Amino acid sequence: MPKEVGIDEIRELIDRSARLVDVLPEAEYEEEHIAGAVNIPLKKMTAQAVSILDRDRPVITYCHDYQ
Amino acid sequence: MSPRAAWRLERLGFSEVYDFAAGKAAWLAMGWPREGKAAAVPNAGEVARRGTPTCSLEDRVGAVKDQVESVGREVCIVVNQSGIVEGRLRGKALKESLEASAEESMEIGPTTIRPSESIAPLVERMHRRAVRTIVVSDLRGELVGILYREDADAALERARS
Repeated sequence: MPKEVGIDEIRELIDRSARLVDVLPEAEYEEEHIAGAVNIPLKKMTAQAVSILDRDRPVITYCHDYQ
Repeated sequence: MSPRAAWRLERLGFSEVYDFAAGKAAWLAMGWPREGKAAAVPNAGEVARRGTPTCSLEDRVGAVKDQVESVGREVCIVVNQSGIVEGRLRGKALKESLEASAEESMEIGPTTIRPSESIAPLVERMHRRAVRTIVVSDLRGELVGILYREDADAALERARS
């Protein structure tokens, strides 16, 4: 079960080499995203699309806010 | 959207998945690094001057005045034990009642903006209301810095040229 993380924990996870995944549509990602995040829009989240991620590293999903 | 994406990643075989539900808005409101087209124009947090003097609620105004003058600044931000912005000391408040505590003399709850605020509309508001400086604090209420209108004007001009 995915765990929710907040502001206080996220930097620690990134220091542990977690990968940030922006799940917003491509246009929103191109406009502005968290530094270092990759873009895999939810609607295009296939096994092939996620093959760019390292399965041995933690992953953190995010969108704009609580939507 | 991101909770569903996190579940989807688990379904696709990832074993350590987290969801940052507060999202990009919270990240940017902390003043943390960003990328993308919008980053070509600096935001309030990126323009704000760092190194603003701070003091505690209990500090004596006279000592705060000496501290502020020693670094060539005009303002001191009063923070509580958790680093949260509680007030501001400047102008007359820094010249009078030198034996009073910062808490007794400070302007309580000064207006603050988030680091993620766009500077174009902000500069327009600052000019219209004759505001020269504004305190920038992050999502938690901790001090980021002070935004000077002239710095924001210059940053905007650079971004447009």
